[in-house]
Amino acid sequence: MIRVESLVKKFQYRNKNNKIVWRTAVDGLTLDIRQGEVFGLLGPNGAGKTTTIRMLTMLTEPTSGEIFYDNTPIRGHEQEMKQLIGVVPQHINFDQDLTVGENLELHARLHHMGRVERHRRIEELLAYVELADLVNANVRELSGGMKRRLLIARALIHHPRILFLDEPTVALDPQVRRRIWELIRQLAREQVTVLLTTHYIEEAETLCERVAILNKGRLIGLDTPQAFCEQMGRYTVEWDAVDAREYRFFDTRREAADFMAELGGSASIRRSNLEDVFIELTGRREGL
Amino acid sequence: MLYDIWTVFWRDWLVLKRRMPRFILSRMVAPMLYLVAFGWGLGRSIQVIGGSYIDFLVPGILALNSMNISFNSVTPVHAERIYHKSLEEYLVAPICPYSVVIGKVLAAVLRGLISSSIIVVLAWLFGAHFIITPLFLLVLILNCVIFAEIGFFAAMTIASFEEMGQVNTYILLPMSFLCGTFFSTGTLPDAVRWFIELLPLTHTSYLLRGISSGADIALSSVLVLVFYSLLCFFFSSRVFLRLSK
Ligand SMILES: Nc1ncnc2c1ncn2[C@@H]1O[C@H](COP(=O)(O)OP(=O)(O)OP(=O)(O)O)[C@@H](O)[C@H]1O
Ligand SMILES: [Mg+2]
Repeated sequence: MIRVESLVKKFQYRNKNNKIVWRTAVDGLTLDIRQGEVFGLLGPNGAGKTTTIRMLTMLTEPTSGEIFYDNTPIRGHEQEMKQLIGVVPQHINFDQDLTVGENLELHARLHHMGRVERHRRIEELLAYVELADLVNANVRELSGGMKRRLLIARALIHHPRILFLDEPTVALDPQVRRRIWELIRQLAREQVTVLLTTHYIEEAETLCERVAILNKGRLIGLDTPQAFCEQMGRYTVEWDAVDAREYRFFDTRREAADFMAELGGSASIRRSNLEDVFIELTGRREGL
Repeated sequence: MLYDIWTVFWRDWLVLKRRMPRFILSRMVAPMLYLVAFGWGLGRSIQVIGGSYIDFLVPGILALNSMNISFNSVTPVHAERIYHKSLEEYLVAPICPYSVVIGKVLAAVLRGLISSSIIVVLAWLFGAHFIITPLFLLVLILNCVIFAEIGFFAAMTIASFEEMGQVNTYILLPMSFLCGTFFSTGTLPDAVRWFIELLPLTHTSYLLRGISSGADIALSSVLVLVFYSLLCFFFSSRVFLRLSK
């Protein structure tokens, strides 16, 4: 559904000597995302997740590389490709002069939806994100979490077939977050392709069929959450060393238990999770 | 494409409609001051060829006011681009990019025309004499289009709101006073005059004044305005198309 080939984005910026230099935000990214898949993009701050999404949504022109939707290159087909996509940006970007309802209406009109269809859909989505009462409120009057919910509702109005979510559940309370997860699963069942970024590892673990881990613009791992954990060792022994918390990974519970016995003291044993993988891949190996 | 232009225009119309009373009231202040200070105050003692100074003044005020209003109607797009980032909504939508430029410019023309009608009513109350013809309207619209496009260009290229103030101070304000609005450019030194006669606002002032007093006008000036509006459209679309680079 989405194919990305050797995608590169370089930005100019001023370094500390005030010289203009190039920084590579995304460095030769190649990905292939299936239709109806929920795909996660993980990586530390500044890894290039947002830049990748901006290139995929045609907000930023790649320095080099190609992007295909359904085997059609998006370059030169921008208008028809934009019809397919829905975008939840990392930052809140409502029109501050319009009300909640008007913001959604503007979006629907920009996607060429007919009057009846657009009103039905707006009503339905506002009810879903529990903002129906606020339809005539100015967007400035919403709380942070309400804005996030509205952002998600807006992206869905025109029934996109590919949905991009850049940290969609930041600042949402646990109940709402779970509802959004349920919504994303439902969309995937309807064959919508979902690409999301998140810093909540639990979210990626429960939601994503596959995750890609980016670091400094490079793809450093791509697999299912389970496979990642298995490769690293299914069990983790965790203990307090002199200056930091230490981790070791083991393939079997037996080995882990033996190691723990050796250590003694306050060590504990648990199943490895994606967070361990993330820290291992992006933190330690790079030596931070 | 037409529908997209309408959508962009519709958004500005919604906002304007909500602020209409405030908009009209605030637009009355500056022209009133001009009419009182230069029309009543100074004007009583000035005689210009072919009539009273206030008749001379009104087309100039219309020209400079429509310039300022249409320019400043588009500059909030700067905030939509930099601070609220709501311009991204248009960039991810399956619309023709030109329709954003055209829709915004048309909305600015509407504002320019509303404030122009306020001046026409005020001037009439002040006892000025002038004729309004279709060509007069066309010139006024062209003037709004040109400066709305320049405003759009500024909104797309300028980095901070402070710089927008500088554009107003260093470009629009001098033009407001010098481009044949309050006095005829004939009295200026040649070099200055040539430069000023290149500017679109000068052509607008002369055309409006000529038409409103029933005198002969230079049709070439209309062509100059058409040329400027096409040129400015080219540049403002270009910066908009380049936003995603
Ligand atoms: N418009 C820009 N101009 C210059 N540099 C940029 C621009 N946008 C992003 N960058 C740089 O590109 C790199 C990647 O940024 P990006 O926003 O993609 O990171 P991210 O993975 O989304 O991080 P976060 O988790 O903090 O959202 C960073 O080093 C950033 O400074
Ligand atoms: Mg980001």
